[in-house]
Amino acid sequence: MSPAEEAALRQSDRNGWLLVLPALIVLALAAILPLLVMLVYSFLTPGDFGNVEWQFSWDGWVSILFQRDIFDGTLGLADAHLTIFWRSIWLSVVTTALAFVVGFPTAWFIATRPPAQRPIWLFLVTIPFWTNLLIRTFAILEVIRSEGLINTALIKTGMISEPIQMLYTDGAVLAGMAYVYLPLMVLPLYAAIDRFDMRMLEAAYDLYASRWLALRRVILPIVSPGIVAGSILVFVPSLGAYVTPRVLGGGKNMMIGNFIELQFGQGRNWPLGASLSMTLLVIVTVALLFYVRAANRGTQTHG
Amino acid sequence: MAERFAVNRLPGFTTIAILAFLALYIPIITLVFFSFNAGKTVMDFNGFSLQWYAVAWNNTAVQEAAWRSVVIAFWATVIATTVATMAALGTTRRRAFKGQTAVYVAINQPLMVPEIVTAVALLIVFAWVKVQTGYQGLGYLILAHAAFCIPFAYLPIRARLEGLDLSLETAAADLYATPWRTFRRVTLPLLAPGIVAGAMLAFITSLDDVVITEFVKSAGQDTLPTYMLGQLRRGVTPEVNAISTLLLGLTVVILTAFFLLTRERR
Amino acid sequence: MSNEVTISARNVVKAFGQGDAVVRALDDVSVDIRKGEFFTLLGPSGCGKTTLLRLIAGFEMPTGGTILLDGTDITTLPPNRRPVNTVFQSYALFPHLTVAQNVAFGLEMLGRPSSEVKARTAKMLALVKLEALAGRRTSQLSGGQQQRVALARALAPAPKVLLLDEPLSALDLKLRQAMQIELKRLQLETGITFVFVTHDQEEALTMSDRIAVMSAGKIQQVGSAREIYIHPRNRFVASFIGETNFLTGMGEADGVLLGTGERVPAPGLGAKGPVTVSVRPEQLRLGLPGQGLKGTVRSLVYFGTDTHCHLGLSDGTEIVARLQSPASGDAGLTEGQEVGISFAEGGVQRVED
Ligand SMILES: Nc1ncnc2c1ncn2[C@@H]1O[C@H](COP(=O)(O)OP(=O)(O)OP(=O)(O)O)[C@@H](O)[C@H]1O
Ligand SMILES: [Mg+2]
Repeated sequence: MSPAEEAALRQSDRNGWLLVLPALIVLALAAILPLLVMLVYSFLTPGDFGNVEWQFSWDGWVSILFQRDIFDGTLGLADAHLTIFWRSIWLSVVTTALAFVVGFPTAWFIATRPPAQRPIWLFLVTIPFWTNLLIRTFAILEVIRSEGLINTALIKTGMISEPIQMLYTDGAVLAGMAYVYLPLMVLPLYAAIDRFDMRMLEAAYDLYASRWLALRRVILPIVSPGIVAGSILVFVPSLGAYVTPRVLGGGKNMMIGNFIELQFGQGRNWPLGASLSMTLLVIVTVALLFYVRAANRGTQTHG
Repeated sequence: MAERFAVNRLPGFTTIAILAFLALYIPIITLVFFSFNAGKTVMDFNGFSLQWYAVAWNNTAVQEAAWRSVVIAFWATVIATTVATMAALGTTRRRAFKGQTAVYVAINQPLMVPEIVTAVALLIVFAWVKVQTGYQGLGYLILAHAAFCIPFAYLPIRARLEGLDLSLETAAADLYATPWRTFRRVTLPLLAPGIVAGAMLAFITSLDDVVITEFVKSAGQDTLPTYMLGQLRRGVTPEVNAISTLLLGLTVVILTAFFLLTRERR
Repeated sequence: MSNEVTISARNVVKAFGQGDAVVRALDDVSVDIRKGEFFTLLGPSGCGKTTLLRLIAGFEMPTGGTILLDGTDITTLPPNRRPVNTVFQSYALFPHLTVAQNVAFGLEMLGRPSSEVKARTAKMLALVKLEALAGRRTSQLSGGQQQRVALARALAPAPKVLLLDEPLSALDLKLRQAMQIELKRLQLETGITFVFVTHDQEEALTMSDRIAVMSAGKIQQVGSAREIYIHPRNRFVASFIGETNFLTGMGEADGVLLGTGERVPAPGLGAKGPVTVSVRPEQLRLGLPGQGLKGTVRSLVYFGTDTHCHLGLSDGTEIVARLQSPASGDAGLTEGQEVGISFAEGGVQRVED
């Protein structure tokens, strides 16, 4: 390379960096550095009225899983915490499964519409996607609360006389999360099915596959990158959900998100809140790395 | 006549899909419908009325929260769209510079990190800054919103840039335009639909945020969503339904504009 | 046209990529382009034509060598400061501007007063016969019209050199032929130096004052259409321009001794050792056996005005003769017939390998 060429390339690199710099500054200030500060806080001692004392302590991390006995000071497993973790994980897994069971046929349905109709169906999925999460949660609330749509309908038709308590149950949180995150499953699944070559189905049927076998042996394996993408997109926000469990689960049916909030409110244990947040972040990062690997594999074999 | 064997039809799928669409919309429609209810709950439907809109409209807390939401969303959009446009220009149509992957990760970071995590991290940092500087204004909320709006603004702008014919800028340079004038006269006008689309998504995203706002706001800095969340303690009021319906309408309008804008030149 | 040089490329090298994947798009290219001439770069796909053009325009920087414009070094001058304009293969018309705004763009960038911009734009639109479409968006134009806008836009600032990268390749045959005439007319009217890229040899031969034949990043030969056709310097040029037959043998003072033991006359050849000569099919003459080389008719292909006669020499070499078809259409030859092959005067040209 001639010096002039090199200088031009270096100039181009420098311009690239200068152009991304403002975005990086905003992100660093309000998205990246705070995470590092939080990591530091997770190793400090809780202050009496919230906030922290600047004194090193492992307690924030230890108390994720263990609690100190008030009388003899020995460490025992913190059952309440474990219950919350367990509930968060299984609610997220079931939410993901539910979203898939409903989302896959929906995505398939959209992808098999005539091309002119597809944008309209997609738009119908996109509107809830962009609608305020809180509003959608309120909408579910209107349906399932004691004076809500379902109970009203059942009482008016005389099937029940007392409203069924649906709100503030795990079922309500589950239904709510499946509802609010369904579009996140449908959109990537649609993208994958849209690329699926329907002639492969013709080939499968030609080779004596039944509908069920064609689905299991041909369609699902080929659209699997979309399934992975959709599942991660639903699982990650479910695990970190805050609004939906708060509104539909009430104070008792907490998930990790609400538990973290508690530490910064009544719990007055910022280090524990910080270490819980870091833990959640690590789980999510692992899930995302898994997704990136699966997506890369997908593009290698099908792209 | 026997029905033709439709290759792409799978049994039960259409039924589930239709049910899914109903499930997506029935709650929203219920919410909209009962915002026009004269009575207080679904139980007692007393006919059509706009009274809850009037109640919301005359509630100073709602007025203030709405105005605050708009102010925050406006400034967050301006900042996010500006820096995202620059970042998109910096990361497309040139040799990938060292660290570009890290830049992508940073830009998309708000999409990957759970909101609650960012929210408490910001709570920690801003609590400290508030003590140090004594400043309690909307700046914190605007900065936080700007950050998580960046990826939403960046993606459509970048997509538009990648679809832009590079030879147009080459042609401008050939016709004696300096790099700056090439940008002003050729790149920017052609990029404009992408920028507007990105700004719209950023605006909606900011307007919708609950979690981060809830944790970052100082006392008396409610936005519409956090105001509504706060109202929940008193049970669902039709007033909240009315506000939700208005926000929903705004979202639909912006989204429709967004789709028309991005479909236009395809 | 004068002999004054406008563009001079000296030992220009352009390499793309790094390490093992380096492509030498231009490999030590030196060429002088004269003021006011219609100069064509001709060569197969990938030989480096576009690269040379982009270096002259300033869109790329050479890896080595220098480029001079009217004697001044412009090697590292950015494109917006070179009095050189380009007609892009894809036209690259600004979609957000009207036809007139496209044409006026360069003049505005040069800071010309608006009265001048207006007048000159109108003149350019008249030159390419597009006055009626001045207010249209460029997306509403046909391919041929877009082509004219691109031309008018590049000519408007009256550049010293106009670069055209396969400007006609996107047009259909009829339109292409019309535009060839149009381009030639514009070049004569404006007196601007045109550097024209094509891989269509017919286009090159009919339009150019001089042609540079390129291959694999090197200029193989520069000359007028006639020079290149009649005196091709090497095998590549001879076979790339038109059709030809190659004969190899031992050089002598006035001919070539073939492997068959026969002699091809080539007055003044004056070479020793193995040589290759090129003979165009139309320079072959067929006669009775015994007159010249011994040959057998293998096949006859009727082309209308011409008939191609494929002949086998006694060592098996195949050569093709192009004969004018007589009025009856019957060349009077039959397959398997023995003939004598002779050569038109000056038709045997020595070429390098
Ligand atoms: N930006 C680039 N990066 C890498 N290689 C390039 C680049 N531009 C051109 N090349 C390579 O340089 C060589 C010459 O390319 P060039 O475009 O000059 O050919 P061309 O003669 O114009 O061909 P065509 O007739 O197909 O347009 C090719 O092998 C091409 O692959
Ligand atoms: Mg080319």
